[in-house]
Amino acid sequence: MNDDSPLRFSQVSLEFARGRDRLRALDAVDFSLAPGRVCGLIGPDGAGKTSLMRLACGLLRPTSGSIHVLGIDARARPQAVQSAVGYMPQRFGLYEDLSVQENLDLYADLQGLEPEVRPERYDALMEMTGLAPFTGRLAGKLSGGMKQKLGLACALLRAPRLLLLDEPTVGVDPLSRRELWHIVYGQVRDLGMTVLLSTAYLDEADRCDEVLLLHQGRLLGQGPPADFSEPLRGRVFQVRGEGRSQRRLQQELEQTPGVIDALAEGETLRVVTEASTDAETLLRTQLGLSLQPAQPRFEDAFVARLKPRGQPAPALGDLLAPLSGHSDDEVIRVRQLTRRFGDFIAVNGVSFSVRRGEVFGLLGANGAGKTTTFRMLCGLLPASDGELSVAGLDLRVARAEARRRIGYMAQKFSLYGDLSVQQNLRFFASAYGLRGRRQSERVDWAIDAFELEAYRPVNAGLLPLGFKQRLSFAAALMHQPEILFLDEPTSGVDPLARREFWARTNALAEAGVTVLVTTHFMEEANYCDRLVIMAEGQVLAEGTPAEMKARARSEALPDPTMEDAFIHLVEAHERAAREAVA
Amino acid sequence: MTPRGRRLLGMIRKESLQILRDPSSISIAFVMPVVLLLLFGYGVSLDARSIPLGIVIEQPDTTTQSLAGAFERSEFFAPRRYGSIQQAQQALAERRIDGVLWLRNDFSRRALRGDTAPIGVFVNGVDSNQANITRGYIQGTWLAWLQHVAGARGRPLTLPVALEQRIWFNPAVSSRLFLVPGLIAIIMTMIGSLLTAMVVAREWERGTMEALLVTPLHMAEMLFGKLVPYFLLGMGGMLLSVAMALLLFDVPLRSPLWLLAGSSALFMLLSLAIGLLISIVTRNQFLAGQVALVVSFLPSFLLSGFLFDIHSMPQWVQTLTYLVPARYFVAMLQTLFLAGPVWPVLLANGAAMLLMLVVLTVAVVRKSRKRLD
Repeated sequence: MNDDSPLRFSQVSLEFARGRDRLRALDAVDFSLAPGRVCGLIGPDGAGKTSLMRLACGLLRPTSGSIHVLGIDARARPQAVQSAVGYMPQRFGLYEDLSVQENLDLYADLQGLEPEVRPERYDALMEMTGLAPFTGRLAGKLSGGMKQKLGLACALLRAPRLLLLDEPTVGVDPLSRRELWHIVYGQVRDLGMTVLLSTAYLDEADRCDEVLLLHQGRLLGQGPPADFSEPLRGRVFQVRGEGRSQRRLQQELEQTPGVIDALAEGETLRVVTEASTDAETLLRTQLGLSLQPAQPRFEDAFVARLKPRGQPAPALGDLLAPLSGHSDDEVIRVRQLTRRFGDFIAVNGVSFSVRRGEVFGLLGANGAGKTTTFRMLCGLLPASDGELSVAGLDLRVARAEARRRIGYMAQKFSLYGDLSVQQNLRFFASAYGLRGRRQSERVDWAIDAFELEAYRPVNAGLLPLGFKQRLSFAAALMHQPEILFLDEPTSGVDPLARREFWARTNALAEAGVTVLVTTHFMEEANYCDRLVIMAEGQVLAEGTPAEMKARARSEALPDPTMEDAFIHLVEAHERAAREAVA
Repeated sequence: MTPRGRRLLGMIRKESLQILRDPSSISIAFVMPVVLLLLFGYGVSLDARSIPLGIVIEQPDTTTQSLAGAFERSEFFAPRRYGSIQQAQQALAERRIDGVLWLRNDFSRRALRGDTAPIGVFVNGVDSNQANITRGYIQGTWLAWLQHVAGARGRPLTLPVALEQRIWFNPAVSSRLFLVPGLIAIIMTMIGSLLTAMVVAREWERGTMEALLVTPLHMAEMLFGKLVPYFLLGMGGMLLSVAMALLLFDVPLRSPLWLLAGSSALFMLLSLAIGLLISIVTRNQFLAGQVALVVSFLPSFLLSGFLFDIHSMPQWVQTLTYLVPARYFVAMLQTLFLAGPVWPVLLANGAAMLLMLVVLTVAVVRKSRKRLD
């Protein structure tokens, strides 16, 4: 037995009792980590990542199997494990009513850091995290990214040999994400630490030395990220439609046998083909598309492995009433919109406009002011200042009739958990004034279009996350709105559910529905016709995805991603703010 | 310093900072005692003073005047005259008066002849407690008057026995003197159980517990680190209450202060143990608050003998009161303040509290594991 491994799981299963059922969170998971490496624990929400992390730090006891952490049996001696590892839980685990310094002091005391070595370690960590100017500030008053960095600093105080980080980058702005990764690699390099880091962002897999891919409680694979993506070499292409509507082309390709995945990426489509398919012949010759081979990525491998084949495209458009109006009408107009909460400015002078039938995105990290902007547009919150009109009206003062023209899907699951799928849909239909035959027609349409038939009698609270999201989406469409507001619709759902969601959104847009969507996933901006990038309540830029990326293009970065564009804008914004102060 | 001592000090410092920054902790410990003491000390009284009483005299003469005068002179009554029984009953129904004394037109004749039931009394029974007090005082005044009349006429008293009461320890029978010590038990229950249950549950709810668990900190150290600041906070609230009792309400303290402090410390630990147990089991602030109210605060209020006499409760409720820690502490406090160190009472109640403390501590230690499942 190799006891060098800082973390070893042997046939570990974990079951929870839920009511009369037993829920299997992890199923015979078996792996061991190599020392001094960064290992990514990758999987969608509900895959069992948090359970695995908690097992590894002795907070949960496995139902069967054994776990050795730094050579300690976690089942027999959980306290010894807890004393030895560094752990950062998914939720911010520090005290918001204590200052940065007080939090550091507490964890230094708890981890037994000698007072003599503290000043040096504090300085090093504060320097690394950029928190040095804020040591006196209450932790609750830090931004999301700074909180995560403080959490990391507290877990690193004693320089543990094994560091367990549970989704440290979720909801954090790309700049802070980049810094967190930088800190983690710095520690590994300087101190030889082993790191296990979980994430739901598949693009982060490529930053790890090694990846554990977890799906529905099972470990699907372990290895360097390239091991996953390499088999796809020669099967991934950037495809150009040459004059065809990108959305139509994407729908068409999704239905083509031999194509696994077609994903919008700026003005091109990223296409993954089956190993058995001659992609050149299929795409270039038969479909008449121009294509270029692309570097396979971890996400391509994930989708190729897990995407079910041969599913019909969601056909929403046919079932929606045809919408009137010209496609160039400006349906949403926002000018200098501002919202203050006390002396905190959540939204600061935001302006943009949205045309009919457009998919318009609000892109930004948590706390950028996206949800507050949405609430003002929907008339849920009065604006402190500025003008806004939705379909020519201010919904805050418009009659209820006008609100029927919009649909709203809230960020949190806001349906009734103890009503069934059918009952929820009927309730929302009747709330919008649909009765009798019309109501049953719409409920049947929703069940059909969102493939909810199997779950019709199931209570909404018991649905898997992806289906909850489908149901919320369906409920927002019961009354055939012209304008749809979707607040973080894809937060926490896996890449496959996200693809489904965007396919439906595209179908709606094709049918003439105007869609406003917020997201903190940078790559999702590619699905939008136009978007604004927001940070700290302000709009940094407005334009098409291609325009956004063009701004960040430089000699060093000839082909920037949306994330690069975002970071470029935020940095320019911060520079301008500093110069304004100076 | 040993690592263990450092961890403990770190926890204590963290808890203390949190208490100082949380206005609700401070107000529960220091503002609430003042409000409760003022409310119960001045506002709530179980004694009757100036009961509004309607008097109806159908045929005034010297005898009726003498009886009415006895009521008017009494400090317990504030009599008002009504012309007819109908008017008086109307006033009673509207709760302008609490009782009616009705002297019919044959009152003087029958009273002097020594007949039965010569007066009519109506009491508003909506508030049964008040009704009993009013009836008792009317009866007392009536008997006193009869005695006086008999004496004045040189005739022997018709009653076989004259009632003579003597109240010990609280000669003025002032309810304030036993309410205020009892209230200290309620205040300490609030601080010990309610506040503690909420603060530990808050750690679970905000996710800070998870980070705390994955450190070398032992469960016992965590619990102890939480206990110390809240123990001090509770004892501070207790001291404030005692000072107010002695200085503002003139409650006598007939025992040495160390005895009071010692028994209070014992009760404080007991309350803290209940609070910790609740928070460990519920792990949710709202639920912890509700459970603490139902299992700790309400029983202390209703079943401790602080407000309602335990001996007048139904037998099964009396049995239930043995499970309420405040019952023992209220008995100790009332003895310590009003009677002095009566050792059998103190030892019996103290032993009961100690037993409960041991049982609860075992339960807390068994229930608190450094695990999430």
